[in-house]
Order: sequence, then structure tokens, then C-alpha cells
Amino acid sequence: MSDADDAPLARAHPRWHLRVRGLTKSFGAKVVLDKLDLDVERGKVNVIIGASGAGKSVLIKHFMCLLRPDRGAIWVDGTDVFALATQPLSVFRRKFGLVFQFSALFDSLTVEENCAFPLREHTKKSKAEIKDIVRDRLAALGLDGMQAMYPGSLSGGQRKRVGLARALVLEPEILIFDEPTTGLDPLATRNVDDMILGVMERYKVTSVVISHDMASVFRIADRIAMLHERQILVAGTVDEIRGSDIPYLYEFIRTSGVAAAGAAP
Amino acid sequence: MNPGPPPRRSFGAEVATGVGDAFRPVVRLLDRFGDHVILLARSLAWLPRRPFRPANYLEACEYIGVGSLPIVLLVGFFTGAVMGLQAVYAFRQFQLESFAGGTTGKALAVELAPVLSALMVAGRSGAGIATELGTMRITEQIDALESMAVSPLQFLVLPRLIAGMLMAPILSLLFFIVAMVGCYFLAVVVQHVDHGQFVLHTRDLLTTTDVAQGMLKSIVFGLIVTLIGCYQGFNASGGGRGVGLGTTRAVVFSSVTILISDYFLSDILLRVMSSDTGVR
Repeated sequence: MSDADDAPLARAHPRWHLRVRGLTKSFGAKVVLDKLDLDVERGKVNVIIGASGAGKSVLIKHFMCLLRPDRGAIWVDGTDVFALATQPLSVFRRKFGLVFQFSALFDSLTVEENCAFPLREHTKKSKAEIKDIVRDRLAALGLDGMQAMYPGSLSGGQRKRVGLARALVLEPEILIFDEPTTGLDPLATRNVDDMILGVMERYKVTSVVISHDMASVFRIADRIAMLHERQILVAGTVDEIRGSDIPYLYEFIRTSGVAAAGAAP
Repeated sequence: MNPGPPPRRSFGAEVATGVGDAFRPVVRLLDRFGDHVILLARSLAWLPRRPFRPANYLEACEYIGVGSLPIVLLVGFFTGAVMGLQAVYAFRQFQLESFAGGTTGKALAVELAPVLSALMVAGRSGAGIATELGTMRITEQIDALESMAVSPLQFLVLPRLIAGMLMAPILSLLFFIVAMVGCYFLAVVVQHVDHGQFVLHTRDLLTTTDVAQGMLKSIVFGLIVTLIGCYQGFNASGGGRGVGLGTTRAVVFSSVTILISDYFLSDILLRVMSSDTGVR
């Protein structure tokens, strides 16, 4: 189910930064996504919720063509992602910053080297310039002074922050967070939520967050889409989702304890 | 409820299923071989493309070449010594022990140096490559590279393949030189074979073609070890156990492939490079 019903479909749209239409993906005989439609709103926090194994991570890997679908299309500002050749695709991917569930930091590199990596690969900036940019990003996330540390010596929350700092150095247009609060204690979860909101305010990017932590979702989301049985079951604003009477969605939120406790965003 | 007997299948369908089952391992083997060829081709396609990242190549050469050097030299010396010992004892029965250097040298140059040094590299560097890339795969570091618009084939695989092809012949040559030192030490110093006769017969029997054959083989072996290591690492799944299995497979498959391909390479090189081999 899509939340955009305009026809004919405008591939480039002032409101929708990224548009997914008819996305179908199978692994062997297992169909993970089936004719999925979704729109991602520009400059907002778009959260995709769904049960574990529903295919949320598979979906976001299609956004930047880390996976190719069996059928379907994705447009980012009118660009057909799957029609791009190798070199344009490489340039296109720089529009994205992906923060992985377990940070995916290069464990043989220091915090500074991890954050400098995209700049060294894709820009001609001098070492001093790169150092300044990295220090600025790390300082913005409360990590200044940790440049020489290795990922193995960081806490889970610090690793997430370094992962975000690395994703931010190339100034992406779209930031993707893959389950940013998984495995964190409540205080660390709150810190990560604040970090996402802080980044939104400072860098004015479009965010896509995958999560099933409903307390966190209601704190940060502008829009929510639920992935269920290979398709988007429902998508809308936070109030629309809270007020929805779709049984599965109601049950999903109720069992998370958020709605039952009457938690406010 | 009784589900009833299964539907009857035709004789032809049964035969087709049986034949399919019988050939499944062969099909799987060909499938895997094809996967390796595709990985190789896709990686080599990145060779002429920028950025070239020379530091990655140097690092891979250092890991595969310099890192394997001590064990290759140690094994090389003792292989030469034991080969020399056996040759001296065998030839002494006919008072021909001065031929020990030449015959051992030929065996070392053509077969033992390339094969044994490649097996050493497989056990050390091949396993290391599979573990490193496998860990990067399961911790999503390879996905992170792709998400940052960096090709993992160009960044991780290609430097290791090239380093393998460059370092394996150098290691093989060093193995051969050290093994000949071991052979000389054993024959001349320990077994009192005449120095002049030893050197003379070694010069007579051993040709540069023999050494070249061994080095050509080593290039192929270096590619085999690194390609299989990269393939197993790149396709690792299932957590730490999956990485461990991939590492084991990398060493076993590399070793077996080296020994099998050695036969075919020897046959081809003897026909192509030797003027009078007797091979028909």
C-alpha cells in the first residue's frame, strides 16, 4: 500500500525525496518483498517499522542499489536507481549515508581513520582539511578526543555515533539508520534518538530509520510506514498511525507497551 | 486422516531424477568453479579503473610475501637438506653421489619449490584472507564499503589476487635457493661429496627453463590460493562458525586444487617449454 496516490506518478516530486514502486525481491523460493510501494518525505524522519525478518533491511539495501530487485523501480529525485551504470552509481551512492545496525566500523582503522575514509576515497581534500572536517563531525556528536581509539575499545553507543559521523562526512542528502537503538540500554537509546534529531536539525537531511522500538519511533518520527507480509501495510504521519484501527498495527504498537502506557512523543 | 499413497510417477521421470541426483555433485562443482571464474573476471575488470590505491597492493604484498617468508625459508632449507640426504644415499650405491645436487635441484625447481611454497602460502595467507574477508562480511564492513561507493572487489579482492600472483613466484624462487643451500650443506659439508663435482653436475642438469617452469606454476598457484581465500571470505555467512568453516575450506580447497592443477600444468609446460622431454 502506498501513501502517494497521485497518477500519473511523478518520479521527481518536491515532497517525496525517494519513491519506490512495485519492488519485488526473492531469495531463492522465498519472496521477501512483493510489489512494494513507498514514498519517503524530503527533510523528515521517515521510520519503517515491522517485525524482525519482515524485510526492512532488504528494503533499504535497495535504496542505494546494494541489492537489485527482481522487479520494480526506485527513483531518487527522479533518478532511476537501477538504471545507473557502474560509474554513475558510484557517484549516486554518495547521496546516501548509511548507519549500520552494528556500526560496521573498519576494525583495523582508528576512529579518525574510519571517519576520514569516505573523504580520502572521494575528495581531493588535503590531510589537514580532512582532519578538520572529521574533528568537526566528531565534536558535533560528542566524540572529540576519541580520534586515536580503535572501534574495539568503544561502547555500543559510541560506535553508533562514530558510524553516524562517518556517514555524515560526505554531507549526504539521505541518511539511513538500520535499527539504531537495537541492543542499547534505555539511556543510550534516548541518546541515539537525540543524536538523530540533532543531526536532522543541523544538517537538514532526509532520514530513513528502521526500527521496532516503538517508544523510540514515536519520539523521532515524522512519518511511519509499516512493512508487513512483504508490502507496506500502512503509511502516514505519527498521529495517523497512532489512530489507525488496522488490527495488526494496533497489536504491534499495543504489545510494545507504548500505546498501552499512553506514551507521548 | 490417511493421506493415501503418493501419486505414481512415470518411469522416465524416475530415471531423470536418479540421473540428476547422481550428477548433482558434478553440477555443484562446476557451479562453484563458475563462481570463482566470475569473481576473478569481475575483479580483474577493476584493474584499469581509478583509483589505483597502490598502498592496498603493497599491504597485500607485505602480508602474503614478507609475512610468509620465514616459514617458506625454514621449510625450504630442510626440504633441500632431506632431499639431498636421500639423493646422496641413493646415488652412493652407484658411486654417483655427485649427481645429488643436479637431480635434487631439478626436482626442487620444477615441482617442490612451487608446490610446497604455495602450500605454505595457502596455510598461512589463504587462511588469513578468508578469515579477514569473512569477518568483514559478517560484520557488514563489506556492505559499508559498498554503501560508501567503494567497490569491495577493487578495494579488497583485486590487490590480494595481484599480490598472490606477484609474491608466490618470488617465494618459490627463494624456497628453491634456500633449499639448494640446504642440499649443498648436507651433501658437501656433512656427506663429503666433492664440491667441484657437485657444482659441475648441478650446472649440467639444472637449466633456467626448469626454474622458469616452476615460477610460471607459482603464478597460477598464487592466484589459486588468493582467489579461493577471497571467495570463501566474500561468501561467508553464519557468524563465527561460518567464518571458521570458510577458512577451513579455503585451505583444503586451495591445497587440493594446487596439487591437481600441478599435474596438468606440468604436462602442459613440459610439452611447451622442454625441447626433449620424452613426453608424448
